[in-house]
Amino acid sequence: MNAKPKLLTVMDVIAGVMFVTAVALVFFYAPLERVMGLVQKVFYFHVASAWIGMLAFAVAAFYGVLYLVKKDARYDRVELAAVEIGIVFAFITIVTGSIWARPIWNAWWTWDPRLTTATVMELVYFAYLMLRSGIEEPERRARFGAVYAIIGFLSVPLTFFSIRLFRTIHPVVIGSNDPGAEGAFDMTPKMTQTFMFSLLTFTVGFVTLLWHRVRLGALSDKVEQLKLKLQS
Amino acid sequence: MNGFAPFMRALSAVVWKDLRAEWRSRELLSAMLVFALLVILIFNFALELESSVRANVTAGVLWVTFTFAGQLGLNRSMAVEKDRGCLDGLLLAPVDRAAIYLGKTLANWVFMLLVAVIVLPIYSVLYNTNLFIPGLLLTILLGSEGYVAVGTLLSSMAVQARTRDILLPILLFPVAIPVVIAAVKATGGYLQGLDITEILPWLNLLITYDVVFTAVAFMVFDSVVEE
Amino acid sequence: MTAIIEVSRLVKRFGPKVVLRQLDFRVETGEFVALLGPNGAGKTTFLRILSSLSRPTLGSVSVAGYSLPHQAASVRRRLGVVSHLPLLYGDLSAEENLLFYGRMYAVDKLSGRMDEVLEQVGLTNRRRDLVRTFSRGMQQRLAIGRAILHDPEVLLLDEPHTGLDQDACDMLDAALRQVAVRGRTVVMTSHDLSRAEDLASRFDVLARGTIQGSVQRQDIARDGLLGYYRKTLELAQNNAKNHKAEAA
Repeated sequence: MNAKPKLLTVMDVIAGVMFVTAVALVFFYAPLERVMGLVQKVFYFHVASAWIGMLAFAVAAFYGVLYLVKKDARYDRVELAAVEIGIVFAFITIVTGSIWARPIWNAWWTWDPRLTTATVMELVYFAYLMLRSGIEEPERRARFGAVYAIIGFLSVPLTFFSIRLFRTIHPVVIGSNDPGAEGAFDMTPKMTQTFMFSLLTFTVGFVTLLWHRVRLGALSDKVEQLKLKLQS
Repeated sequence: MNGFAPFMRALSAVVWKDLRAEWRSRELLSAMLVFALLVILIFNFALELESSVRANVTAGVLWVTFTFAGQLGLNRSMAVEKDRGCLDGLLLAPVDRAAIYLGKTLANWVFMLLVAVIVLPIYSVLYNTNLFIPGLLLTILLGSEGYVAVGTLLSSMAVQARTRDILLPILLFPVAIPVVIAAVKATGGYLQGLDITEILPWLNLLITYDVVFTAVAFMVFDSVVEE
Repeated sequence: MTAIIEVSRLVKRFGPKVVLRQLDFRVETGEFVALLGPNGAGKTTFLRILSSLSRPTLGSVSVAGYSLPHQAASVRRRLGVVSHLPLLYGDLSAEENLLFYGRMYAVDKLSGRMDEVLEQVGLTNRRRDLVRTFSRGMQQRLAIGRAILHDPEVLLLDEPHTGLDQDACDMLDAALRQVAVRGRTVVMTSHDLSRAEDLASRFDVLARGTIQGSVQRQDIARDGLLGYYRKTLELAQNNAKNHKAEAA
């Protein structure tokens, strides 16, 4: 447990190489979008981070359920790690979205369903961290965290759905295309390839980060244990 | 422990206890009510609730009032359990913990509805708006159920935390947003006399939220109180 | 005699912190055991595990023939608990508090039983008053009433004397002796040795997360309970030191 697993080192390298490749693809392989130009390139990483954000919170909720069933501290560490990573990627999503929205929508921010849901989601998981920091006892912290990770994750789609009942201007690039959306575009094959590669890259990056964070959590628990041993 | 009759007996005992204690002290209800009226008063100045704008903002003002007052009540209702160790007393009883959860939720729901029952006529009189529309009352029923279902669960976590006084709204508001949005839109729809087909999606959303969150809270409550 | 409480190799951890380690504990039916020990020894944690409020991390616990935590409901039915908090609702009267708990425990012929219990703890004339207006001593007596309302086989007392003055303590002890203890098995934690000495039939010392020693009332030597208590704690400390020395 103390030595860094070999596979993790391998994953570090793979994730690094893939990320560099993804950047190269975005700038040199994918064609320039006709109307929006350079700023459209934000899209590849924007959607990829949004995907990781959702994935991370889903993983957190899943491990929350596992924790409540098995009461094993390892599941709690994965859950916390996933939430922390999810917060970062959801934030990246919001920032990259704003960069894109400024020239295209003529505003840094609109109260569109996806934007608002992303913000509410950030707030949910900030609340999650505040809840955890308010509890001293590790088991109770884990239980409450798990419950809130589940409740929070369930509320996100309902929040999205409720805000979407208002009219949206956010473009839907993948799946059905809403003609009212501003800034929508069709992807060429090269764009699709780049996009898919970005998604894959971010997913590999997510797994690597998660692993690192879980390992860190396990180590800090161990330090805690050793400290207590020294005291007694 | 298993079986419907013991479950209902425990549930009704908890509801009876909460209502009885509240009938005695009226602490919680009076605090919620005064707070609700203050919120309305503040909105009166902050938004200048003149007749021209009123129709559009009434729904929003009402639900902000209900959710804020409700939050106050939820916090207090759990703090009472925690302070004299009563939560332990409840957990020591040979009853299903879900019955305790549902009992507390029902009692909190009653408190929130009582606040609505008093606030609605006052608002009607103050602003000369008719709020007694059956659909609007249904909306309040549905909206407050989802709110207290999640709120009761979260308040039982919040009172066990070091930061208990400030934690509940931070935990509750972000996950209660769908309820608030749907309730505001449905209420607004009824006030503007919209067609039922335009209001129905919101009511459906409220029902979905109520069912999902009551069921989940029902299932996880045990993990919140069990050490 | 049969064991009504049987605990073996009980471990309780809070995260990395070990509160109870390999604790063995056995109580025969009808015994009154006082659990003594310094603050932070794990007395309250141990009692919370016996009362099904807290789950054991490892080891087996059985109370009144049912194992915890799996048969918690059966254990709860046979258990009365008095803690240093009264577990009563201030905005309900004495009577209403008992009525509520009686319903939760599904007590038969509740109103007759309530009269009986109120009489026993000497609160019949205050039965309609709000608990909020009671003194600490009266609240604690009502707490005893609440705990024995469903006629439990086992009574757990967690520092019942905390926050009471001398008179209130005496009255509480009288109530315990006359009403609660008779025919029941009792486990009481206390840091008040003289109170415990008056009440209990057996004394166990809990320190460093485990039972360090146990003595029957009649076996206490001339220097009394205090002497035994000190000796046991000293022994435990030396053992721990030796253990550490060996390890190092």
